[in-house]
Amino acid sequence: MTYAMDGLPTHRRLPDLVVLPGTREELIAVVRLLAALGVPLVPRGAGTGLSGGALADEGSVLLVLTRLNRILRIDRDNRLAVVEPGVVNAKLGAAARPAGLQYAPDPSSQSACTIGGNVAENAGGPHCLKYGVTANHILALEVLLADGSLVELGSPGGESWGPDLVGVFVGSEGNFGIATRITVRLTPLPRAVRTLLADFNGLRTAGEAVSAIIAAGIVPAALEMMDQSCIRAVEDSVYAAGYPRDAAAVLLAELDGHNADAVIAETEAVADLLRKSGARSVRTAASEAERERLWQGRKKAFGAMGRLSRDLVVQDAVVPRSALPQVLETIATIAQHYGLVVSNVFHAGDGNLHPNISFDATDPVLKKKVEAASAEIMQVCIDAGGTITGEHGVGIDKLRYMPLIFDAESLGAMLAVRRVFDPQERVNPGKVVPLHACREWTSIRNAKFGVRSDRASFNSALEPVR
Amino acid sequence: MTILEKVTALLGEGAVLETGTDRVPRVAPGSPDAIALLLGTAHQEGWRVRIEGAGTWLQSDAPADLALTTRRLDRVPAIEPSDLTATAEAGIGLDQLRQQLADRGAWLAIDPPGLAGRTLGSVVSTATAGPLRHGFGPIKDHLLGVTFVTGDGRMVQSGGRVMKNVAGYDLTRLQAGGFGAFGVIVLVHLRLRTLPRADVTYVLEGAREDLTQVGEDIAAAGLTPAALELVSPALARRERWALAVRLAGSPALVAADEAGLGAASGGGRFTPLRAEEAHAFWMRLAEGFSVRPVTFRIGGVPTASDELLDLLQHQLGDEWISASPAAGAIRWTGDTNIDRLQRLRRTLAGLEVPLTLERAPWPLRGAVGHFGAYREGVGPLVAGLRRTFDPGGALVVATEGS
Repeated sequence: MTYAMDGLPTHRRLPDLVVLPGTREELIAVVRLLAALGVPLVPRGAGTGLSGGALADEGSVLLVLTRLNRILRIDRDNRLAVVEPGVVNAKLGAAARPAGLQYAPDPSSQSACTIGGNVAENAGGPHCLKYGVTANHILALEVLLADGSLVELGSPGGESWGPDLVGVFVGSEGNFGIATRITVRLTPLPRAVRTLLADFNGLRTAGEAVSAIIAAGIVPAALEMMDQSCIRAVEDSVYAAGYPRDAAAVLLAELDGHNADAVIAETEAVADLLRKSGARSVRTAASEAERERLWQGRKKAFGAMGRLSRDLVVQDAVVPRSALPQVLETIATIAQHYGLVVSNVFHAGDGNLHPNISFDATDPVLKKKVEAASAEIMQVCIDAGGTITGEHGVGIDKLRYMPLIFDAESLGAMLAVRRVFDPQERVNPGKVVPLHACREWTSIRNAKFGVRSDRASFNSALEPVR
Repeated sequence: MTILEKVTALLGEGAVLETGTDRVPRVAPGSPDAIALLLGTAHQEGWRVRIEGAGTWLQSDAPADLALTTRRLDRVPAIEPSDLTATAEAGIGLDQLRQQLADRGAWLAIDPPGLAGRTLGSVVSTATAGPLRHGFGPIKDHLLGVTFVTGDGRMVQSGGRVMKNVAGYDLTRLQAGGFGAFGVIVLVHLRLRTLPRADVTYVLEGAREDLTQVGEDIAAAGLTPAALELVSPALARRERWALAVRLAGSPALVAADEAGLGAASGGGRFTPLRAEEAHAFWMRLAEGFSVRPVTFRIGGVPTASDELLDLLQHQLGDEWISASPAAGAIRWTGDTNIDRLQRLRRTLAGLEVPLTLERAPWPLRGAVGHFGAYREGVGPLVAGLRRTFDPGGALVVATEGS
């Protein structure tokens, strides 16, 4: 059961076999063996993904990479680290801290999720507003391709050997191969941090406050929003953060930098903008303990929502920031129409929405309503000029939405790129690109299930790994 | 029918410009669809097409049957100051784009080498970042999405116009720095910033080694300059090497960094430039890289900067050079030959430092290639991507050289 799902409980697949290699060499040997046998494989980190991206069908082997968890190097002078794919995000952060550095991308699951998974999904997080997403922090990769060969992409200085294949690989959801060594960029730990909590009577007002801050040219380290449903779920849980339960929305804004005076000045400017935009109250965390408490509520919000119902659909759309007020209102109308509980907790500064629907999946009528509401919400975001996923990835969960934002030609181009890395489409098959929407899908399916089992290939796969 | 007659029949007389001195017909399609039509035809007819923008950066000398210039794709369909995004066609000059953005209070935080009228498509396809790379990252960090036309005339969209987007594979990053080998960029979605309310430049002159130390001290002090550029005397038109520091952002942040700059100057004295002096300084620096025949960039780790500068000095001479040591980026321009450049690329490859040839006359560019000295396994991937996006080899791009 552990390996039949990822962090999204609405999809389940049972792999034929689960393999947990303990070293890079074991991983390479397994992939070469599977190449010789023509067996599909699905790489997986900690399984915290939210798109069904690391699920393996019958006939596939699940390769769990959590045992490849060594931090190979932290280079303080050049502000980089070299890690294996199974290193947990928060552990890398902790290891960098004594050098005065941080690994900035901080997905909510950072205490469990792995850097390899972050690379596959191009993971984001609250502080990506200022520091950028995973793609902005990967300098170089050693990649194990589906055929068992190794390629080196990028360089420690960040310049590429030719086209930017690191940039192409990051976010490819495991379809292009397995990152076996990852060189990440570290950034200096900010010396001063201020965290604000503002609460609002209306979602629209809170959305407008976000636009006011962005338009003022201030780039907070993070700018997060939670609606009333989310606030109450958090406050009812062990993660209670002291958010006002009667607020329609709260905004959590954080400012950081190297100079305390400058950070204080910008914090005051943001507080002023929040008040002018209609915040009922604005308070600053008075201590590190209070700051951590405010953040715990935000980071554990998904977990707290588990209290609302037995199942949760987690969405991940992005809209232009100025469209936030209107889109939030429309989502509320859709929820009301279907009689569903939608809780919003999201990266407001990036326009990255997470409207989450709590429901009981054993109720078929309710399930149908949730599917219809989800599709409507996604369409609203697309119509506003947005996209279907900002950080969770397409996986299998959002496959059906891909043709809503990409035409057949563009999807065909993606598939063609995938075939350059993995001609047989054996790594993580059935994810990201909906084959039915591409011109070439017939030939693809024929190729996909071709199985090589000749003895020579099998034997060559058992050669010692160099 | 000649190629020119066929193109005229296809796109109309207005799309055909004057023929260049090399007698290659120059065609300026007026829309992305027209580019798709032209390249689709070129693919079928077996024409070889070279891509051009304003013609001010890469030399217009690649052997081809046809030169395709994007200069008529100069519209800016959207500027959204409240979202800090814009959508612009690839053929617009950066100077025009900058002005239109500034009129709306927005800023594209890039300052690529070359003349002010260089096209956006040229900057994106060659990924030529300037000194602002220090504070705002490489060109790819400013892109939200692109639309491009493949060598066989297919129109492909990648990314979108929102801040975060992981829908599908990132073909935007393939195009950024692809030198047109994987298609012709026609439309670019950009990430903007607000115009900085404070923007000042300081310069310190001295021996290169001393200035490198000052640069390290500035980084160690936690200052966050928009640019921290080490410039050779010839390029800076000064007696000695110059360390130029640009501070741009909110008045509070800039004031804090100004205060910290004095403490990190190693006993030297930074001179503030007046606004017009600063503008002239950075513009001269950018234009300097389009004057001499060969320009390339290399990227190493910050601690290798001194060693790399020594290497360049030893192998090629260091008259015209600009380095962003903390970002590990160095750009060189001058005159050199095939053997020297290939030898340098091999030496650098041994140090894990890629050399990207940005511009050079065709005989050198064709022989050395924009890229080369690939790491293990990269060559077949690049070749595969080339075949995917230009199956007939219509686009004349010196990827790996001959």
